[in-house]
Formats: sequence, structure tokens, C-alpha cells
Amino acid sequence: MNSQLVVLAQSGGVDWIDFNVQLLQDRFWANTVDGLSYGSIYALIAIGYTLVYGVLKLINFAHAEVFIVGAFAAYFTFSFLGYAPGVTLDTGVGPLIINLLAAAIVAAACSATVALILERVAYRPLRKHNAPRLVFLITAIGASFVIQQLFFIWRGANPEPAILLLQPEPVFEFWGARVMNVQIVIVTAAVIMLLVADTFVNRTRLGRGMRAVADDPATATLMGVNRDRVIMLTFALGGTLAGLAALFYIMQIPQGIYYQGGFILGIKAFTAAVLGGIGNLRGAVLGGLILGVVENYGQSLFGGEWRDVVAFVLLIAILMFRPTGILGETLGRARA
Amino acid sequence: MTTETKAESARRRPFGQWIRDWWNSQSRPAQWVMLIPLLLFVIALPFLNFAPISTEPGTDYEIALFNVARYALIAIGLNIVIGQAGMLDLGYVAFFAIGAYAAAVMTSRDSFLVNEYPWLVAIPIAIAVTMVSGVIIGTPTLRLRGDYLAIVTLGFGEIVRLLADNIDPLRGQIGFRDVGRPPGTYSNGEQIFSQADGKPWYWLTIGFIIVMLIMVGNLERSRVGRAWVAVREDEDAAELMGVPTFRFKIWAFVMGAAIGGLAGTLYAGQLGFVNNQRFDVVTSVLFLCAVVLGGAGNKVGVLLGAIVISYVPDRFQEIAQYKFLIFGLALVILMVFRPQGLLGARQRLLARGRWAYQRLLGRTEQVATESSLTEHREGAETP
Repeated sequence: MNSQLVVLAQSGGVDWIDFNVQLLQDRFWANTVDGLSYGSIYALIAIGYTLVYGVLKLINFAHAEVFIVGAFAAYFTFSFLGYAPGVTLDTGVGPLIINLLAAAIVAAACSATVALILERVAYRPLRKHNAPRLVFLITAIGASFVIQQLFFIWRGANPEPAILLLQPEPVFEFWGARVMNVQIVIVTAAVIMLLVADTFVNRTRLGRGMRAVADDPATATLMGVNRDRVIMLTFALGGTLAGLAALFYIMQIPQGIYYQGGFILGIKAFTAAVLGGIGNLRGAVLGGLILGVVENYGQSLFGGEWRDVVAFVLLIAILMFRPTGILGETLGRARA
Repeated sequence: MTTETKAESARRRPFGQWIRDWWNSQSRPAQWVMLIPLLLFVIALPFLNFAPISTEPGTDYEIALFNVARYALIAIGLNIVIGQAGMLDLGYVAFFAIGAYAAAVMTSRDSFLVNEYPWLVAIPIAIAVTMVSGVIIGTPTLRLRGDYLAIVTLGFGEIVRLLADNIDPLRGQIGFRDVGRPPGTYSNGEQIFSQADGKPWYWLTIGFIIVMLIMVGNLERSRVGRAWVAVREDEDAAELMGVPTFRFKIWAFVMGAAIGGLAGTLYAGQLGFVNNQRFDVVTSVLFLCAVVLGGAGNKVGVLLGAIVISYVPDRFQEIAQYKFLIFGLALVILMVFRPQGLLGARQRLLARGRWAYQRLLGRTEQVATESSLTEHREGAETP
């Protein structure tokens, strides 16, 4: 018995996890830069979760698949435009921007379409029945399965060969952290998109309708807001942002496009949404950035294979200790 | 509005209602006697290996039967959590994995433990380990409700899988070989339980299913079962009525975990090998599918669901590669058109109440089909 315990302690003790504080210190700023670039992708997806949750009180589990549809769409656009695995076109800045815009439009359109189809086919009939929330969630899981499997049947289990849009090159150094051109593009574009989304929800007439439905659906309907149209708009906006996030994702992780690739990103984006306070648009952005950075610190501290565990532990910790998130959960004004 | 829907539901009497009424009007011993032929049929199934029932070449019929039985056992366990207590658990595969790994660690020669323990010793310990892990996972998570609970259980399920990937002593993809099997040899010295022969495993699992059905049935009719129903229908009301909801939720979680762990040990034993594959979210959703498809909260329903989920892909090879697609579609279609599943749960009087009703009114009780998992009740929160 004693010898057994000794062996257990030797092999099952702390061998299997390292705490590499030195590496974390060395790579602190590099991790921060990486984290912000991942985080802005999470933020864009998280907005989709947070808007739908705000308006419908529904976790759109299939949002991860809306995202992966965008990734496939962007990928095929690039291969249509002449990019190929292993080849980097040296087109110059002008054509590159045009290509990026084309891919962005296609990806956003595909994602938004799929999100709208989901809403129309799966969720609207349930709303008509006044189904309970768990039924919505199970439907979402089923729908997510269907989309995943369609891609599996079409493209198989292997990731698509990586297409590089831009040869990653360091642009400048920042306290020992090399900032890549790709990362600059991602973060800049993401920040612009986030500002546009924020303005749309907070400043425009349509956005006001969304906030009204989120705040009080019955009263909003009485005041002449078309609830169904607002819900469609919400799904379309979430889908658009997920499609754009997919484009940036291709640039960040070119080898990550396969049928289940959306799942882990979906969970992380949901974590980001909850972290910032689900239903809260700016919270989703904050949550995404924090998650991206923390996850990268975790990767240095524990090793790359623990990266996803860090995200899951963070998710569980937030839901248990502060389910309302950092900024509190609301899409409209704060409800007393 | 309410009266109209009630009248409507009375007009459209559910399919097979008369069978149900007739069954419920029988006394318990009579029900037992009538179940004997069914039981004999189930036991004889491995020998009925011919045209319409048998699986297609390439899939071993007896092992397919064992897998059906394994899924049925899992569905019974998950049904306690989802159907009885109303908690949507998306990480149930974690308990299945813990059971399988616990059995493997204790019985395999690849294990980091110096001694190998016999199967009969390992199984109770493995179940105990899953129950403890149920408490560990349940204590922090069960304060949450509804969809948040679902996501947290999903997170725990993934963490368990990633731990199996990352912790070196658990051997990742290399896995454990020669997982222990139940003892016993034929007269010619061959092992009764082997990887090739599915029959003993099937019968063993059927035995466990019967024990579990009786046990879970008794739990349902007891104080515990009434508390679970109360928690499922309205947790706040239950708490106000003095039901210690948290304790009973943990109970449901741990019972479910134990049964999932048992199924995991059987899986590991039959296969003789455990590694980190097949414990992912997809498997969890497949388990969920079995429960929801058949009808959460209805024991016969979940058994039917498990049979569909496991047997159909083995029986019809040409659709096997599309099984996830088909089950995903089935989930969506079912939730839209028949959210209570093929056989919905029914609110019934329990034990003595049923008996008293029969004595006083001379007929079986009226069965309500309403439940928090199926229809909207007035005043309940909706998206």
C-alpha cells in the first residue's frame, strides 16, 4: 500500500503540470499582444451571443457554426481570388485591401444568411409555441450539429490547407514583443467594426428598437416596434460580425478551418460574453479582450495544451461567482 | 385561452392512451407477470440473429446489442438528471469517462498503480469515484439554473476530457490496454467475458438495467422522487415549500453520475482498452439525444430513445456515416413539433396516491402531460 502511494505521488503528483513563471515573465508583452489580437476575434463573435441573449434570453449555441460558415466562405473566396496553400500573392497594398474587402463581404453575407435561416427555421416556430428555454437550447444544439455534419460530409475531418494572405512579418517591437502586420490589421479592423456595432446599437433607430425589445418586449411591441423584424435584425447583425471575425480568424490561424473548428471558439466567445456581462455589448468586447489575454498568459504559464482548460475554468469561475459579469447584464438601459 | 387549449388537448387524446390506461389499471403483480415474456424476449435477443433484426455484415450483432444496452443504461442515468430533476446536463460524458478511466487505472497492467485489482473490486470503487466526482462537479455548479447550468456542465465535461489528454499518467491517446473483465471461465478454460463475444456483456448489462430500473423506479415513488418533480416544475416554489432543493439536485446528479460511471466501466471492460478518444461533447450530445428523443422523464421513452440512437446506425450501415446529421435534424424537428419526445413524461400520482385514487374512484387517475420540459405554463418566463 505504501509503495503504491509513493508511485502515485511520483507519477500523479505535479509532474504533469508545470508552472513556468519565468516564461510568463519573458513573454508577458508578447502574450499581451497576441492576446489582444485573439481577443478582438472573440469580442466580435461574443457580440453575436450577447445581442441574441439580450433580445431573446437565448444562448444561441449554433452561433459557433454561423462563425465557421463565415470561415469557410472567406477561405473559398480567397482560393477563388487566386490564393493557394503555400503561395503568397505579392499583390501590393491596393489589391490586397480589395481582396480582403471582397472576402469580408462574402463571409459576412454567408454568416448572416445562415443566422437568419436558423432564426426562421428553428427558433421562430418555438417562439410561436412559447416553448421553454431549455427547448430552445436543445434545438440550438441540434441545429449546430446539423451544420457541423454538413461540413463534415462535404469537406471531411481534415482542416483545409492553410492559405496565407499576408506573409506574417514583424512590423515593430514593443518591449520585446514583436507586433506582426497581421495582428495590426486584425486589431484595427476589429476595433472599427466594434465601434460601428456599438454606434449602430446605441445611436440608430434600428438599434433603439433592439434595445427596446431587450428591455421589455411587450411594451416595445405596444409602442410599435416590430418584434420579429428586430429579432431578425439581431441575428443578421450577430451573423455579420461572426463572419468578419471568421475572416480575421483565417488570418490569425490559417490552419484552423475544419468542421468542428467553430465549437471551441464559440465556447470561448460565450465565455467572453458572460465575462463582460451577457446582454451587454461593451461588456462582450471587454470580456473578449480579457479572455484573449488571460488565455495567452495561461499558455505561457502552464503550457500550450492547457490553453483551452484556462478558458473553461474561467467560464466556470465567472458563472459561479459573478454570473452577471464585469459590467452587468443588460442591453438596454440598466434595469433597476 | 386556457380552457380552449385544455378542451383541445382532451379532444386530441394522445396516441396509445388506451394502452396506457389499461396498463395503469392493472395491479402491480399483474404488471410484473406481464413483463416476463418481454424480459424473456430481451434475454433471447442475441440468438435471434436473422434478417430483419440482425445488423449488417461488418457490425457484430451481439456487440451491437451490448452497445444498445449500454446506451439504455446511460439513458436511464441521464434521465434522472434531465427528466426527473429537470437539469440539462451537457457534460454527462464526463462521468462515463471517469468510470471508464477508474476501471482502467485499477485493472490495467499499463496503469501507474503497482497492483492490478480484480474486476469485482474495481467496479464498486470506480462507481464510488464517479459519485465523488459527481459531488465535486455538482456542488459548485448546481446553484446555477437552466441554460447557464447546461453551459457549465459542458465546460466541466470538456475539462475532464482535456485532463485525460494532458495528464501524462492517464496516457493520452496511447491508453490503457487489458482493462479487467468479470471473472469466470467456461469448462474448456476460456474466459466467459471476452472482447469478441458480446453475449455475456449484453446479459450483464441487461441485468444492471433491470436493477437500475427497479431502483430508480422506487426512488421516483419515494420522497426523493417527489422532491425531484417539485424541483423540475418550479424550483422556487419547491424551496418555499420546504424542499431542500440543493440537496436533492446533488442527489440526482450523483445518482446519474453513478449510473454513467457504471456504463463507462462496462464499456472499458468490453473494449478492453481505454484512451482519450470518444469522450467529447459530440458523445454527450448523443446521450442527450437518446433521452430527449424518447421523452425525458419517461423511463420507457428513454429506453426507446437509446435503442434508436444506438441500434439504427448499426442496423442500417448506409446511414451510419450520417448518423450525427440525422440525429441533429431529429432534435430540431422534434423540439419544434413534439418537444416532449416520442413518449412524453406524464405527471402521475405516485405510489399510494395512485392506489388510493383507484380505490376511491374506481378508475385510474387522470394523467397530465404538462411539464416544464414540454409546454409553456402560464406565468413562466419565456424567451
